[in-house]
Amino acid sequence: MNLDRRGFLKGAGALIVSFSIPESAFAQAQDPRLQQIDAWLAVGADGEVTVFCGKVELGTGVQTALSQIVAEELDVSFGRIRMLMGDTALCPNQGPTVGSQSIYRAGPQLRTAAAEARQTLVEMAAAALSTEASRLSVADGTVSAPDGKRVSYAELVGGKKISRALSGTAKPKSPDQHAIVGKPIPRVDLPAKVFGTHEYVQNLRMPGMLHGRVVRPPMPEAQLERVDEASVKSLPGNVRVVVKGNFVGVVADREEQAIRAARSLKVQWKQGVELPKMADMPAFTRATPSRERVLASAGSVEPALAAAAKTHKAQYYVPHQMHASIGPSCAIASVTADAATLWSPTQSSFNLRDTVAVVLGLPRDKVRLVWIEGSGCYGHNGADDATADAALMSQAVGKPVRVQWMRHDEHGNEPKGAAMVMEVAGGLDPRGNVAAWDYQVWSPGHAGRPAGDGPGNVLAGAALGLPDRLAPNGADRNARPTYVFPNSRVTLHLLQSTVLRVSSLRGLGSPQNTFANESFIDELAHAAGADPIEFRIRHLKDERAIAVVEGVAKLAQWNPRPAPRGGKNAGAGRGVAFVHYDNYSGYAAIALQVLVDRASGKVSVERVAAAHDCGLIVNPDGLKNQIEGNIVQTLSRALLEDVKFDTVGVTSLDWARYPILRFSDVPDEIAITLIDRPDKPSVGAGEPAASPVMAAVANAIFDATGVRLRSVPFTPERVKAALA
Amino acid sequence: MTTITVNGKRHEVTASPDTPLLYVLRNELELNGPKFGCGLAQCGACTVHIDGRPARSCSVAVSAVKGKVTTIEGLGTPEKPHPLQQAFVAEQAAQCGYCINGMIMTASAFLARNPRPSERDIRAALDGNLCRCGTHMRILRAVRRAAA
Repeated sequence: MNLDRRGFLKGAGALIVSFSIPESAFAQAQDPRLQQIDAWLAVGADGEVTVFCGKVELGTGVQTALSQIVAEELDVSFGRIRMLMGDTALCPNQGPTVGSQSIYRAGPQLRTAAAEARQTLVEMAAAALSTEASRLSVADGTVSAPDGKRVSYAELVGGKKISRALSGTAKPKSPDQHAIVGKPIPRVDLPAKVFGTHEYVQNLRMPGMLHGRVVRPPMPEAQLERVDEASVKSLPGNVRVVVKGNFVGVVADREEQAIRAARSLKVQWKQGVELPKMADMPAFTRATPSRERVLASAGSVEPALAAAAKTHKAQYYVPHQMHASIGPSCAIASVTADAATLWSPTQSSFNLRDTVAVVLGLPRDKVRLVWIEGSGCYGHNGADDATADAALMSQAVGKPVRVQWMRHDEHGNEPKGAAMVMEVAGGLDPRGNVAAWDYQVWSPGHAGRPAGDGPGNVLAGAALGLPDRLAPNGADRNARPTYVFPNSRVTLHLLQSTVLRVSSLRGLGSPQNTFANESFIDELAHAAGADPIEFRIRHLKDERAIAVVEGVAKLAQWNPRPAPRGGKNAGAGRGVAFVHYDNYSGYAAIALQVLVDRASGKVSVERVAAAHDCGLIVNPDGLKNQIEGNIVQTLSRALLEDVKFDTVGVTSLDWARYPILRFSDVPDEIAITLIDRPDKPSVGAGEPAASPVMAAVANAIFDATGVRLRSVPFTPERVKAALA
Repeated sequence: MTTITVNGKRHEVTASPDTPLLYVLRNELELNGPKFGCGLAQCGACTVHIDGRPARSCSVAVSAVKGKVTTIEGLGTPEKPHPLQQAFVAEQAAQCGYCINGMIMTASAFLARNPRPSERDIRAALDGNLCRCGTHMRILRAVRRAAA
């Protein structure tokens, strides 16, 4: 915990490769790998390689994959790599760990850093061995000459500190030389996770540490009226009440004492703002003041719709959904009069550090954030809020404070995935091809993460009256179709307010937009009397897109025919959907089989097939783990998940009132085809496979029953009502 | 003063008698394998064994614990792993891993009683344990592997 970068390097004796190219220099650069370079690694005298990584492990296996990339380029065995992640005092700022971008962006940065380090070490070895660098070879950190002389990286850098700036001349290996990248290396974090010894932030304890809990207002924008401190005075544990602005918390010696105090504390709030009725949400969403922007346009949509042989129009709705981490958010803070240290599982080490600095009124260079893994987050859950909570309470009591949210805190207060409405109008020409496509989406921005300029983006900051900011990112994600239509238009209505507090949930607006796009293409295929896969391929030009759609058809043994299936087997159906994630990243196609029980309305997803292309594959097993996780989690969102609220606030405050998919309901099989593209950059796999799932299920329900469901989730009640 | 036996060792507990076992294990005995998930016995992240049966330690008062408690730290170690722990590593059956304590503790108690379970049995046994990463398929494979 007290690792100091300078001390660390002095102790080890190390070669440091550092890059700091000003942002402006990137604008003209040809090679995208040069555009974000800001990474460091160190080769210690003991032969161990320490990687300082600004990205963090969220349970996706990225630590293992990034370590493979470094080991590969440095020519050391995988076991020599150690990775320090997300510590603002030790690691470069590589931006928040979001958007399936760790492999895509941090991967090339680390690959280049490692290649530069290797080149430098080989040059040093050439001098030490009195030969030419071109005659040397490297194996597991030892450089050998043809005459058998050798020297290790450790011997070369032992006791010396050499700093080199990026030369830009080191060339990473070509994929055909890869021996570590592309292998299913077991994850480095898993053994400790199965023996119960993994260091989660929830397990961390400090000497003299106290336990804190927060008491939140019962409804949005409710102002604090009165705190009755006497209501907890007689409780054990040296209970202290922390009140600052609208922030109310309790601190006690022991965890169970803090929990009891938070439950017992009497607080009066003034009336806040009432929420609309849940049932009105689609209409309420469309009526919310918004800013309109045409995202894409080709041909002329209105004349093409007017001239179409057949037209069709449909509206889709996806409600608020939540991250629903299994472990409620947790953090520890130690704040003194002039400095602070935060131990946090955040995705945004640097931005959160800056935010908490504002909340505490400290300069940001006096705040250090040490990242430690937490429960999986799948986007912006309560982790950042809990960190600011701990900081504010530690500042008030002058001791380290640990805050772990209760289940109702997490379900009630985590920022939700935004509710969205999509409407599509389409027209077919006489041959049954899409002649016109008019897409509209109503969504708020999905980016409510804390940043230095939005200190109210953490709840503790908002409670102090600091300004918040919801950035527009994500509303348009995958609003634009990958299909090529002669006349098309995509319009975003960016909502200027939200009903619940929202921020980034896995995929941001992509699963919702893909639900609408991939449902509607299926509806048009039905109108054209075409097989859903044949119809899709007919309108695709991108070869990688076609390859995943054909790949999933093959894996699912798809026999061409139009939907619905009908006949005596009605009740069983199949559906397909596809995404080119964020219109630039990975490709994923899903085909699945469902069984619809007409009596109960229950939808069982029996078998799932997926075809996935994310460029060069770094770790095929880690990749499959991500794809499976995306599919199962999004099946849960498709079938069950809907954040319930009344006029006061969220009522889905536990697992009974926000059910997620259980073992008895996961598919019998998830089969995956990985398409490796060694000639294409590796892009992320943390999100793409989630996006097509909702539409694939809706399309399968249509195939099984002839009934089209356009509102998520497809609960038994809704399916039964639709079938009635 | 309450006394409990955990992983073969007796401990005197300073927490008040109504404190949930989970907080005693984590905060007093520093056994961090069992996790706080919900405090409502809904998710299974806190599962331990009491006399070999799975129990939700978040919802059992420490003074009510009469039997011998086993946590995942007592189930196996890297040197002497439980077959399920080996199987979870072999199948790479975790992502964030926060639920995995509960999966392994529930499955180990189940397999001890039902060493040759059907697929349906396994799913039913784990149905009260929630995983949010969607690692279910691998967890099922790991339990099948350990049972084989």
